[in-house]
Amino acid sequence: MLTRRHLLRTAAAGGVLAASTSLLPAWARSATAGNKGIFETRGNAFDLTIGHSAVKIAGRSGHAITINGTLPGPLIRFREGEKVTLKVNNTLDEDTSIHWHGLLVPFHMDGVPGVSFPGIKPKSTFTYEFAVPQSGTYWYHSHSGLQEQMGHYGPLIIDPAGPDPVQADREYVLVLSDWSFEHPHKVFARLKKDAAVYNFQQRTAGDFLKDARENGLGATLADRASWGAMRMSPTDISDVTSAVYTFLINGHATEDNWSAIFNTGERIRLRIINASAMTIFNFRIPGLPMTVVAADGLNVQPVETDEFQIGVAETYDVIVSPTRARPFALVAESIDRSGQVVATLAPKAGLVATAPLLRERPTLTHRDMGMDMSSMDHGSMAGMDHGGMGGSAMSGMDHSAMSGMDHGAMAMPASVPQGHDHRMGVGVDNVAMVQVSRIDEPGLGLESVPHRALRYSQLRSLTPNPDTRAPGREMEIHLTGNMERYMWSFDGVKLSEVTGPIMFHEGERLRVTLVNDTMMTHPIHLHGMFFDLVVGDTDHKPRKHTVIVKPAERISFDVTADHVGDWAFHCHLLFHMHAGMMQVVSVVPRGAAAGADDPYRDHTPSATPPTDEPPPKEAPMSGMSHEGHR
Amino acid sequence: MTRAQMIATIVLLSPLAAAPAFAQETPVPGSQAEAYWDKDEFKASQDALKREHGGGTNYMILADRLEYQSGEGSPALLLEGQGWWGTDDSRLWIKSEIDYDLDAGSFEEAELQALWSRPIARYFDLQAGVRHDFEPGPSRTYAVAGIQGLAPYWFEVDGAVFLSEEGDLSARFEAEYEFLLTQRLVLQPRTELNFAAEDVPELETGAGLSTAELGLRLRYEFDRQFAPYVGVNWKASTGETADFVRARGEDTETLSFVTGIRLWF
Repeated sequence: MLTRRHLLRTAAAGGVLAASTSLLPAWARSATAGNKGIFETRGNAFDLTIGHSAVKIAGRSGHAITINGTLPGPLIRFREGEKVTLKVNNTLDEDTSIHWHGLLVPFHMDGVPGVSFPGIKPKSTFTYEFAVPQSGTYWYHSHSGLQEQMGHYGPLIIDPAGPDPVQADREYVLVLSDWSFEHPHKVFARLKKDAAVYNFQQRTAGDFLKDARENGLGATLADRASWGAMRMSPTDISDVTSAVYTFLINGHATEDNWSAIFNTGERIRLRIINASAMTIFNFRIPGLPMTVVAADGLNVQPVETDEFQIGVAETYDVIVSPTRARPFALVAESIDRSGQVVATLAPKAGLVATAPLLRERPTLTHRDMGMDMSSMDHGSMAGMDHGGMGGSAMSGMDHSAMSGMDHGAMAMPASVPQGHDHRMGVGVDNVAMVQVSRIDEPGLGLESVPHRALRYSQLRSLTPNPDTRAPGREMEIHLTGNMERYMWSFDGVKLSEVTGPIMFHEGERLRVTLVNDTMMTHPIHLHGMFFDLVVGDTDHKPRKHTVIVKPAERISFDVTADHVGDWAFHCHLLFHMHAGMMQVVSVVPRGAAAGADDPYRDHTPSATPPTDEPPPKEAPMSGMSHEGHR
Repeated sequence: MTRAQMIATIVLLSPLAAAPAFAQETPVPGSQAEAYWDKDEFKASQDALKREHGGGTNYMILADRLEYQSGEGSPALLLEGQGWWGTDDSRLWIKSEIDYDLDAGSFEEAELQALWSRPIARYFDLQAGVRHDFEPGPSRTYAVAGIQGLAPYWFEVDGAVFLSEEGDLSARFEAEYEFLLTQRLVLQPRTELNFAAEDVPELETGAGLSTAELGLRLRYEFDRQFAPYVGVNWKASTGETADFVRARGEDTETLSFVTGIRLWF
């Protein structure tokens, strides 16, 4: 008979499919399996067993690496400031690890093999122990091999020590993920052979005819020629698509219909975690506005929206208050719109919300390639200062989209022509000649949706930022890659080629500017420290652990190097990380002899600290040879 | 003390609380964890981390044309394939072309190249190595230097020069393009030109453009890795090479219909 169960578990290491009746952990169950949105209690000690499990997804059996036998793993919930002990038993035949994503743990408890510890050996037990000074919605996952992609992830909630400023009648955790029945090593190997292997939304002869009819033959030919000349594809949005992925909410595919229940008038808190390997999602609940109350775990000033793009590893907490007793669809659509997963929020168990149709796939533009001269800030080209605001010169920008923004506080001109002070090897297929501030854009494909879509520029921390010093120095890090060769890196240097870490000095406040030279959207994650996204001249900057950097975007965050240790810094698209888009940030203690040959020390003299003014007009053109950070 | 200040304080203090008593030596940036764990074990995990993030070894085996040719000439089986193994920086590249004449029951052509390949530009690899022609006889060995990659406007190109053990110089240029008629139906025009620097009577090759080939293949990609196709192939010998062919009593131009499979793994 058909059951509503979606996971069959085996004895942890046995690998034999047993018709076990064990269910998902309570938090991940559907309403039909008893989830009422009220959680099991907290703990301070957790036993976690890593093993192989057989899972059933959308009716098909697959092989997963799981925590305590389920996909996703158990909810880890404890209270801010309390010491927790997490005993991890590795039953695998290979090393494993758990990284506590977004948690300010001592760095040797951060769980990254080769950065914070040696890893957890096969058939051994490792005990993590820490107390963290934070609360909110987080998650945890393996940082070993490609295990995370096979199911080695779960949610983590820290309840505040005091009263929670966010009050709700019920709460649900929504862990979004992308499941592949194919081994991730195989998926990666395919990408190395043919980077477009999973893209079935390329432009075809049919698109050519359609465009020629709409825009004229000449314009269409010119358009195809300009992309062809660059050997770039405007449909290159997701490397791995629904051609291989089944998208999941709490381990449930659309046909498994995960569901949650509510009573009208209640405030429902949804803790949304993107635990995908490679999928940036657009999340919306058609017909139900969402009030965003937290981003990456930390509270933000409530802001109402209808849709948001959630990068891999980001989390958002939203409050919804349905006033009508009807089923609502919880929709997570992949950024390339090759697929989606739909769950149900309904007044009672057993209902299925109507899934909306997939929307038309977005395409990239020359702006995403960093080639859009029309939107260039001519003022800054001429070296003119126009009071920190390029508005009058932004010919290519849609001013109506800026309503509600504090113009005087804009972090930088809309676009800056820049030099590139990084290695230009075979691993760098493009540089963004025209870099754009896109912090006031909702993300690829959401610019023109007929409803509100969240922008980073709308986010403000609920509490004042703990450190409001002006940054003492600035460093610029470029996100680089070569799609054809499937190579990904920072500053043109893969982790396998890096000679030393990026240096932060204890106690310093610095500004990190990320420049995306690629045409892909990258969620960039810094371990160990929250950074304050430069959204304007405010002491309530949103504090995050992961930030989406859009194609050709130039985005800055300020960070206080208050957490001594070595920390991983990487793109959270796991195959980009695997290909080399990762480095180590080393926060060295005060007084330690270090940094003598730190190239970033010289980039910005500390006598002229960067502020929330536009960056210097001259592009740093000093050579294109440096081989990484020291 | 506000909550934010409290958090900041705890954050600032936590590394101090965590610092081990024995961490007296100056920490090495990037290896600060050494103070907490077995040094050798940690070092091994550091090496593995670097290796696993960008240092990996991959391979590909591609049968670009595995086909049956029929038409004006005698029917033939053709295999043109290549494969590579290695890292982003350095690869062993094998190329092969085998042409079997079904009527004659003999190999018209059997060529194998073993090349070392290194990226020299964003879209191009420099390749160098050896080529051995088992057929047509007499067998020959060549030194090879070539460039393979993706030219602007998405042309896959491969050009190489060959120097035989007899000192004869020749060259080959190949180009392919892929039109996506739909997401899975792909039309692939292809050309191959062979040049020789001098006459080589033993190989029935004349100086200048010796052979030219044009093909048009329509394939259906069930998935990207498996695609049956049909198409036409036109091959012509020119100049003195054509004279050799005529002397053998064969046509200097042949038009073939082809059916085959393109696959890779």
